[in-house]
Amino acid sequence: MITALLAAEEPLVRWDWVGDHTEEIADALRQHIQLTVVAVSIGFVISLLLAFVAVKWRWTYEPLAGVCSVLYAIPSLALFGVLVSIPFFGLGFRTAEVALVSYTLLILLRNDVAGLDGVPAPVREAASGMGFEGWRRVLRVDLPLATPSIMAGLRIATVTTVGLVTVTSLVGEGGFGKLINDGLGRNFPTPIVVGAVGSILLAIVFDLLFVLIERLITPWARAGRPPGGRRRGARGRDVATVDVPAPARVAGPAQGRTRPPDARPAVARSAAAGALGGGR
Amino acid sequence: MSESWRQMLDYLGSDAAWSGRNGLPALTWAHVKISLVAMLIASAVAVPAGVVLGHVKRGALAAVTVVNIGRAIPSFAILALLLPFSLRYGFGLGFWPTIVALVLLAIPPIFTNTYTGVRDVPDDAVDAARGMGMRGVEQVRKVELPVAVPLILTGLRVSAVQVIATATLGALVGYRDLGTPIVSGFTSPDKGPLLAGAIAVALLALLTDALFAVVQRLAVPWRRTGRTADVTVAADTGPGGAAGPPVPPGAAGPAATGAAVTAA
Repeated sequence: MITALLAAEEPLVRWDWVGDHTEEIADALRQHIQLTVVAVSIGFVISLLLAFVAVKWRWTYEPLAGVCSVLYAIPSLALFGVLVSIPFFGLGFRTAEVALVSYTLLILLRNDVAGLDGVPAPVREAASGMGFEGWRRVLRVDLPLATPSIMAGLRIATVTTVGLVTVTSLVGEGGFGKLINDGLGRNFPTPIVVGAVGSILLAIVFDLLFVLIERLITPWARAGRPPGGRRRGARGRDVATVDVPAPARVAGPAQGRTRPPDARPAVARSAAAGALGGGR
Repeated sequence: MSESWRQMLDYLGSDAAWSGRNGLPALTWAHVKISLVAMLIASAVAVPAGVVLGHVKRGALAAVTVVNIGRAIPSFAILALLLPFSLRYGFGLGFWPTIVALVLLAIPPIFTNTYTGVRDVPDDAVDAARGMGMRGVEQVRKVELPVAVPLILTGLRVSAVQVIATATLGALVGYRDLGTPIVSGFTSPDKGPLLAGAIAVALLALLTDALFAVVQRLAVPWRRTGRTADVTVAADTGPGGAAGPPVPPGAAGPAATGAAVTAA
């Protein structure tokens, strides 16, 4: 069969196939979005809770990040293999989601912690002075200020997840991965191209969506004046505040797997070095 | 579940697990081999490119773009796309489509980290080097590269772990490695080889990660002293005084911490 197709000089995309299968493609898109949104949402909630713990009790950061990097290092196929053999998970949605969620955690946790850590102490003190205490301060002051870094993490995690979703076709899910798998099984390039392009476009759309959301929820960032920064006198602080959102916007978590959230988390994670992620 | 684990123990107790081209040793070696080759090719491309662009401080857009695109393109899709081409042009199943996908996967983290590491070497360090009469290649070799080493190693580490993980997918296009028992195990009633393969890949990935952690520690002995220096700086600038000048991430070398101390 392979030789037959080769001889026929199969074109990369058969547009009539695309036209005949719009329903299937739409289904793939819907499933892809669903798998991604569920995974990132669950991962986000878990990572945020872990980040609060890590910021409140410093010593927990290293072990928490350690567990997350171990999860991150485990190949998805290996995780599928183990989960599939457990009846509760088996082939399907649960197995896919466990794997997807576990890959978002490291990226999200690092950026959450960097963001929360980057809230300047004087801002915290001012908030306390104005009567913001405990959870109220966290929700009304810390979280908004940590938003750029958290959003950067969400962007990276989402784009990575969109790519990883294709692999979940091996356990019967997959969104666009289903098309890829289908084409692979039949040595028929069209669905592979459609699936690949669909997945990449979806990643780009999600990425742009996050840019938009971040603009909407952090209107102060566009004014070029990070709240609590700049206007204050102390030079050291000046640098610190300016640094927090800038590197986060470029990419996000970088290097230093073993680095504790020290006095300069955002700096330590700065720049385009946010090289985590990518499909596997 | 216990049934699957019993199957795995049975499998591990059998000869099939340890000998022949489908045995775990052969599969593991194939896995390591293709990952190594991919990493070597990717490093040969990405490190020089990153060093040159970082040295002339050009191509920031390229660095960010490469890493973002790299993140958005699923390796699975690349593998699947390469297969028909590989077959058409006579490269066959397995090795070639897999290695190309792995190299493409490995390049972005290595390139971006090398680029950032070299570009963000502190001006003080570069000025000092120039003041000592260093130019061009010597400046890169003696100052910029050593300072960038931690970040370059991080890039290699991220890539290596991902390459090991993704090499598993090579099984889908006919490359015989630790992914093979996993992929065939999804549909087989005997989960023994699948579990054994899965655990072996996971261990291999974790081992690679740990190996790089050790290398990073050995290659950057000043890191530990650097960290204490950071603490001193933070204490010096008082409450909230985070780290003085914006020291770049990977540049926590002697030069970087030195600069931070001076500035404080």
